[in-house]
Amino acid sequence: MGASFPVLQPVSEPIPENPASRGAARARWLWPLALALFVLFWQFGEGFAKWAFSYPRALEIPAARWIGRAAKWLVDEASFGLFTFTDLTRFLADIIDVPYRVALGLLSSGLLSGQGSSAVQHLPPLSWLAVLAIVALIGHHAGGARLAALVTACFGFLVIFGQWTSAMVTLASIVVAVPIGVLAGLLLGLAAWRWPFFERMLVPVLDLMQTIPVFAYLVPVLVFFGFGPTAAIVATLIYALPPMARVTILAMRSVPAEIRDLGNMVGCSRRQMTWKVMVPSAKDSLMVGVNQVIMLSLNMVIIASMIGAGGLGFDVLAALRRLDIGAGLEAGLAIVALAVALDRLSQAYAEKAGRPAAGIAAGGGFVSRHPYLVAALTIVVATFLAGLAMPALQSFPERWQVSTGTFWSEVVRWINVNFFDALEAIRNVILLNILVPLKRLLGDLPWAGVVALLALAGYRLGGLRLAALVGVLSFLIAATGQWEKAMITVYLCGISVVFACLIGVPLGILAAERERLWRWLQLVIDTLQTLPSFVYLMPVVMLFRVGDFTAMIAVVAYAVVPAIRYTVLGLQRVDPRVVEAGRAMGCTSGQILAKIKLKLALPEILLGLNQTIMFALSMLVITALVGTRDLGQEVYIALTKADTGRGIVAGLSIAFIAIIADRLISAGANRIRERMS
Amino acid sequence: MASSEPKLVCRGVWKIFGAGGRSLAGPSAARLTSADLRAAGAVGAVRDVNIEVREGEIFVIMGLSGSGKSTLVRCLSRLIEPTSGDILFNGENLLAASEARMIEIRRHQMGMVFQHFALLPHLTVLANVAFPLEIQGIERAAREERARRMIDLVGLSGRENAFPRELSGGQQQRVGIARSLAAEPELWFLDEPFSALDPLIRREMQDEFLRLQSVLKKTIVFITHDFDEAIRLADRIAIMKDGEIVQAGTPEDLVLNPATPYVAEFTRSVARAKVVKVAALMRPLNGTLPPASIRANAPVAEAAPLFSRGAETLAAVDGAGTPVGLIDRAAVVDVMMRG
Repeated sequence: MGASFPVLQPVSEPIPENPASRGAARARWLWPLALALFVLFWQFGEGFAKWAFSYPRALEIPAARWIGRAAKWLVDEASFGLFTFTDLTRFLADIIDVPYRVALGLLSSGLLSGQGSSAVQHLPPLSWLAVLAIVALIGHHAGGARLAALVTACFGFLVIFGQWTSAMVTLASIVVAVPIGVLAGLLLGLAAWRWPFFERMLVPVLDLMQTIPVFAYLVPVLVFFGFGPTAAIVATLIYALPPMARVTILAMRSVPAEIRDLGNMVGCSRRQMTWKVMVPSAKDSLMVGVNQVIMLSLNMVIIASMIGAGGLGFDVLAALRRLDIGAGLEAGLAIVALAVALDRLSQAYAEKAGRPAAGIAAGGGFVSRHPYLVAALTIVVATFLAGLAMPALQSFPERWQVSTGTFWSEVVRWINVNFFDALEAIRNVILLNILVPLKRLLGDLPWAGVVALLALAGYRLGGLRLAALVGVLSFLIAATGQWEKAMITVYLCGISVVFACLIGVPLGILAAERERLWRWLQLVIDTLQTLPSFVYLMPVVMLFRVGDFTAMIAVVAYAVVPAIRYTVLGLQRVDPRVVEAGRAMGCTSGQILAKIKLKLALPEILLGLNQTIMFALSMLVITALVGTRDLGQEVYIALTKADTGRGIVAGLSIAFIAIIADRLISAGANRIRERMS
Repeated sequence: MASSEPKLVCRGVWKIFGAGGRSLAGPSAARLTSADLRAAGAVGAVRDVNIEVREGEIFVIMGLSGSGKSTLVRCLSRLIEPTSGDILFNGENLLAASEARMIEIRRHQMGMVFQHFALLPHLTVLANVAFPLEIQGIERAAREERARRMIDLVGLSGRENAFPRELSGGQQQRVGIARSLAAEPELWFLDEPFSALDPLIRREMQDEFLRLQSVLKKTIVFITHDFDEAIRLADRIAIMKDGEIVQAGTPEDLVLNPATPYVAEFTRSVARAKVVKVAALMRPLNGTLPPASIRANAPVAEAAPLFSRGAETLAAVDGAGTPVGLIDRAAVVDVMMRG
């Protein structure tokens, strides 16, 4: 999980010549003037410019209706001559469906051979014992005995806590989604690396894919692919593929120029260059992408249970709907166990890829050359035979299973009985003094003024193009009638981000200096990050009931991770020679931190802020389940009604907020970085 | 120094980075200063370079960092597309060659050694050295056989199955050298091959390089920022500054007649006796032949010990031992006294 946060998004455009440097004198009065104008307009403008406060209904762009109609047209009528759009989606579904059936057969449902007229022959799926043993073997192959023990323990947890069946369904989806995601991401990334025009097209699409909240594209996926595991895998792919593409582009770029020169000097053709020089040289970084695809797939497969993924995600969702915290937590922990196992395995393989392989005996028979493969096959056969003799070895008997569900429910009940007043007091104080006033304030602001201010910020940070982008996107939010809900989103997101940073940055500073603390903290935030976002909601709802405060807590818990991680990364990446120079000049450690490390780490920390915002936005959508009134709720309603247009418009609005924040912060970070280099 | 046919000719080569490079380059631009270029928003990395590299010689391009030497060597192999000019390799203009032709030339006629070795991390030493041959599509047994010979040539036998990160810097560069020689190129580019190595190893590698060259007799373009290295290795040196060749000539030329104060700055600390050849000081034969003799192409420093036995004059002989001139004690002392 070391790298399971979304990859940094490189700002797609280079920052044009910095307009700020031209007139430092002008800069000094520009912002106070703009703010003064804004406040004046806000206080007194409503009388003569009502349109600037609430967007005129008559001028609204009916985007939701258009999109809804387009989706309907695609499903019912669209045709590319030889085949229709529906044929295309069916074709894609089939590509996914066949391997999925195989994986599911192996892991969960048993293999059905000879379909149709001939007799249906039934093979049982791999028994829990077989899977456990194979996982242990893989662990041993990837990282030795310790890793084998870890992954066996993780899978053992699944067995003992009765999560096996669901977990294997989830695993089947992952096993199908990950290779497809990795391969597609790799190819897209390579294409983008080779053809700049393709990159220019791809990057905004990737941005959108990553910033649109997942619920929003669940709706069209549901409409195009129907309800079921296939649709869930499609949604998972959409979610998990962008980081692979991004990592590929970055990895190709970071291959040293000399290696590329070498490829040219030995006369590589383009294909040789790609597959013999670039991809192998970048293998280490590419494995990071693979790891990301695995982690994101796991996260998404849970969310995709809303459109029929089944498995552990479905268990969590069902438990959440019943507010059955015990069951939900157990299923959630099962996901964590699965995540930890898969993550450690993929990381171990990444490391192994970076290490020279141990001397492989060239001679010898098949057995000595492929000890692991032979062992795995032996295990499969042996456990199959054992399973026939002893059914308990085929499927783990229910009476041996353990459940802690009731225990957790009791814990929450106990807390509620004993600490209700205290919790309620905290909630009310924060709600009344911070959340409500801020919500009112933001709700009152004239949209036209906010758009103008944002555009001005864009101009100052990144020139005219950024100003135009920011201005147009924020205008579109208003013009599609989403302004009010968007401001609620901004308020919830903003306050959560502030809290997340207030907690995350100091923690990061502490952890960066202390190796042991960082190791522990890493374990905690890795776990936080692998928990499916639903799981966060349950304890918070239990303690604080539904509402904005609950949503905020859940968002902070989720979004604090990148704040911590990037702060630590930024501080650790500070060139030790500079720190040494500082020490040589007689800086105290406080001075080193304040005057050297934090200054140099600032761009990184800003990127962390950026990611914190992204995380907060994506979690915010999920908190719609606990009754917020923001854009997330809009998307959620659209999903339950399968209303493509409404879902996409609200989803895009969230994406726009994310893009605006991302571009402004990245531009700021780039300016700082330029000033430093 | 072998025959003096030009192997590689570089005429009026420009490389201008930045906008509008093409319109700026060309003969008319010959007197553009770097300030002019900067004003136009461009950087002249290589400016109007004219050089000839002769068959079998070691041609060193020496310059400080940012002088454009790495860009120039990449222009020569067209890893970087020059903005204008001609590059003739065996009489063929490389800038007019098609992509496919360039691949052909690079595969069979050029080899390159890189400053940071540029070894492929996922391949063993053997596979790295065999890599150029693999790219050519030579089958495994044949390419590995040739790779083993190259590994042997650079003295790395026994490390065939090691991975690059298991080797020291010097060993890694030996792999780089073996690899660049695997395809048996005629033209050998070395881009600061020893700069990333420790001084002691560097010295050792220079000796190794000279030993290899005495066997292989390649045509070599060698890039360095180290003037001592240049003096040690070069048949001829071109000194680059701000993308231009300031002076090109033999080490002796540069040391005895530096063209500009910039060149003089480098040559000042060089002991002349180690650079100046006996041939440069000798006078014609006059009938008498002193008993002691020295090779005409040896540096003067090597002649000095012979005078200590009381001789006033030595005979200078060519490679075959035939006398070609006389050299006096006074002339040698004069050179040595001047440092």
